[in-house]
Amino acid sequence: MATLVHSNPQAAEEVNYLNVEHGWKSWLLTTDHKRIAILYLISITLMFFVGGTFAVLFRINLLSPEGIFSAETYNRLFSMHGIIMVFFFLVPSIPATLANFFIPIMIGAKDLAFPRINLLSWYIYIVGAVLALYAVVRGGVDTGWTFYTPYSSTYSNSYVLAAAFGVFVAGFSSILTGLNFIVTVHKMRAPGMTWSRLPLFVWANYATGLIQVLGTPVLAITLLLLAFERIAKVGIFDPRIGGDPILFQHLFWFYSHPAVYIMILPGMGVISEIVSCFARKRIFGYNFIAFSSMAIAVLSFVVWGHHMFLTGESMYTAVSFSLLSMMVAVPSAIKVFNWTATMYKGSVSFDTPMLYAFGFIGLFTIGGLTGLYLASLGTDIATHGTYFIVAHFHYVMVGGMVMAFMGGLHFWWPKMTGRMYSESWSKFAALLVFVGFNLTFFPQFILGYLGMPRRYHAYPPEFQVLNVLSTAGASVLGVGYLIPMIYFAYSLRKGPKAGPNPWGAAGLEWQIQSPPTTFNFDETPTVKEEAYNYGPLEEIVG
Amino acid sequence: MTSSHIPSTKSLVSVWAALICLTWTTVGVSYIELGELNVVIALLIALIKASLVAWIFMGVRFSAPMTRLFVVAGLVWLTIMIVITSGDYATRRYDNRPKSWTPTPPANTSTKPIPPAVGNK
Amino acid sequence: MAELAHADDAAIADPSLRHHFANSAQQLDAAMLGMWTFLITEVLFFGGMFTAYAIYRTIYSEAFASTSHYMNVILGGTNTAVLICSSLSMAMAVRSAQLSRYKTVVISLILTMIFGTVFLVVKYFEYSEKWREGLIPGIKFDTVNYHVPQYAHEAQILFFLYFAMTGMHALHMIVGLGLLTYLVVKARQKAFNASYYTPVEMIGLYWHFVDVVWIFLFPLLYLIGNRGPH
Repeated sequence: MATLVHSNPQAAEEVNYLNVEHGWKSWLLTTDHKRIAILYLISITLMFFVGGTFAVLFRINLLSPEGIFSAETYNRLFSMHGIIMVFFFLVPSIPATLANFFIPIMIGAKDLAFPRINLLSWYIYIVGAVLALYAVVRGGVDTGWTFYTPYSSTYSNSYVLAAAFGVFVAGFSSILTGLNFIVTVHKMRAPGMTWSRLPLFVWANYATGLIQVLGTPVLAITLLLLAFERIAKVGIFDPRIGGDPILFQHLFWFYSHPAVYIMILPGMGVISEIVSCFARKRIFGYNFIAFSSMAIAVLSFVVWGHHMFLTGESMYTAVSFSLLSMMVAVPSAIKVFNWTATMYKGSVSFDTPMLYAFGFIGLFTIGGLTGLYLASLGTDIATHGTYFIVAHFHYVMVGGMVMAFMGGLHFWWPKMTGRMYSESWSKFAALLVFVGFNLTFFPQFILGYLGMPRRYHAYPPEFQVLNVLSTAGASVLGVGYLIPMIYFAYSLRKGPKAGPNPWGAAGLEWQIQSPPTTFNFDETPTVKEEAYNYGPLEEIVG
Repeated sequence: MTSSHIPSTKSLVSVWAALICLTWTTVGVSYIELGELNVVIALLIALIKASLVAWIFMGVRFSAPMTRLFVVAGLVWLTIMIVITSGDYATRRYDNRPKSWTPTPPANTSTKPIPPAVGNK
Repeated sequence: MAELAHADDAAIADPSLRHHFANSAQQLDAAMLGMWTFLITEVLFFGGMFTAYAIYRTIYSEAFASTSHYMNVILGGTNTAVLICSSLSMAMAVRSAQLSRYKTVVISLILTMIFGTVFLVVKYFEYSEKWREGLIPGIKFDTVNYHVPQYAHEAQILFFLYFAMTGMHALHMIVGLGLLTYLVVKARQKAFNASYYTPVEMIGLYWHFVDVVWIFLFPLLYLIGNRGPH
């Protein structure tokens, strides 16, 4: 950790946030947002591969119609996959890593508003992750990541409390991150950095912070109520004495639907940055994209009932939620149109970040459109609880969010580490990811449409071909994710040094050295230009 | 923001007195049978008390508009959660819903009952 | 190197100014907005329980009415008054800090702690009374001797929410007392004055919020449905 960047013995190494101090303490007690971002990056990558391992296991199970694991074991595999991927990878991913790193720089500040709380949020995340891993080691939970009562509160014999507490604790990490971003964007902008000059990445993470702050506390209390029910059998969700399991679902989804926007909004922010840079054009419809982020943040809170169409909520409520869910698709669509318009008559280059951005735009659109099938009451009746849903959310989360994360990593890697990675390997990996992803998840749309239910360890034999295709795709996808680990690690020692602005991009982060110094700027900048000030083709500074 | 404004002792003590009076009032009114109105009045009085605490004690009186927006937003989101969730319960039309739980053992037609979980994990 | 270049003159003048802030005003503003944002999270946190309570109270209105038999309005009302007094003393503490009145800050803070402790003691008596009467859901709930036996089961749910909400509130009070202890220690070292009273104001906001939660809990739990023929 202390030797992340090996100084070239011949050249005079400029001081940056990585080499300014060495030793465990300088990392574990740091308040530098950039170092904390790296700590998070390592943690969530580890959790990603833990969650991915579960996916490998159950996809192997699904190669044959009878499965190889028992139903019990299978339930634990997909539940742990979901819990770890959602709460310990997707929710923190871009905010805790890329946004943590770049928001202060993008607004011209020396750090976030509350650097120590930033560090605290990482420690809280680690505690939550340890609890979740404890649950894994002891055998996992089998309730699904949704912890539905009364199964989770009364009947499940798995490690519900450990997993629930792990998620509960991780929630506070999320809240603190969001709180930090909100206050930072309000109070720490450099002179001249008005709201309308903010990079859209900042707008996206600001909106995400609002959702984190407003929604996560409800998850916290819901899990606490679940824990009380499980420990003391108080009866709040127990239908035998008048408790209502649907109430749990209302409270759970009040957070968990906005949570999916916590997961996707930062990715959309990354895409805005990448598309603008690699089309060499100012983003089209800046105001629309900024406001659409805010609209998503608000609307996301009034659509949660679309997860409960078939579980017992009233018909009238279902109709309202259906209508509102249609509306929430509009701001996302607005973004897609604006990114496309940005590329029109731009000078598009196909560097790796842009490849991921293209992947995002296409795959997120498919995922989003299929969401409309699910928002529509009639079609949801047929597709609820099937692989259609699984495919839908993996298109938006993996085809969308994870691609955006990869794109952002590749875009900002030279800035964060001062090194460039191998462009040919990165393009190859991007291709593998795209092919592998579609091979994994497109068959699942068909499977769901044909009626294969989700969360089942076995299936009718006629679905085998599609399942085998899906597992094959997952293997390719897995390789596609492993290759970057290798070339990124390689680049840290042997990659060519990157200058301040290898892409010729606009934005404050590209005006400072790579990697940045601890306090980002020698002098607080005064901002005089609008964001994305791309003129004619700029010289690539290497 | 609040940094430049120092509340007078008089304003603080007045608020305290108002809060105590309102507490007496709300207790007193609760003794009068007004049916549904009891809930409304009690909540209204609570709202007034809370507003006084927020406005004077917490300094919202002197706060920037953005801070006030934050306060309002929190309350709006709470309202959204309660109102929409209540909407579900209000519109469920199950005509055979029991008004209260009467202790009848469940008709057990399966081979064996599902045992509750063992231990706390 | 970079650090030394920014051992700002401002920091030399004001040792409480942290390096990433340009000036004290920005630091105070950020702290205030941060605390308000945190309070919003608390609103939603308690809000989950208020939602559950609103739902169950409405659909089980008779069972709810039966629970009011066990709610002690005198103790609840006293506690409400105690918390209101503590809010006054807390506000006085902030004011005194803004006026650099070191002694008054300490006295006001200690008064606030006394009121808070009284609240918790009263709560203890209430809870132990409930324990004796067998009204602890799941652990010791006497459905047989419940005064309206046919509502005993739903009443258990409602009593759970009573304990969850007042218990969570009491937990926040205890945390508040811890924060106040820290403030008292610092205040005795004369750490707070007209140019730096941020912690007092921030913790004041927290304390008032905890008071506001009780302002809603009291009528909802103790007063509604307690009188008149049922």
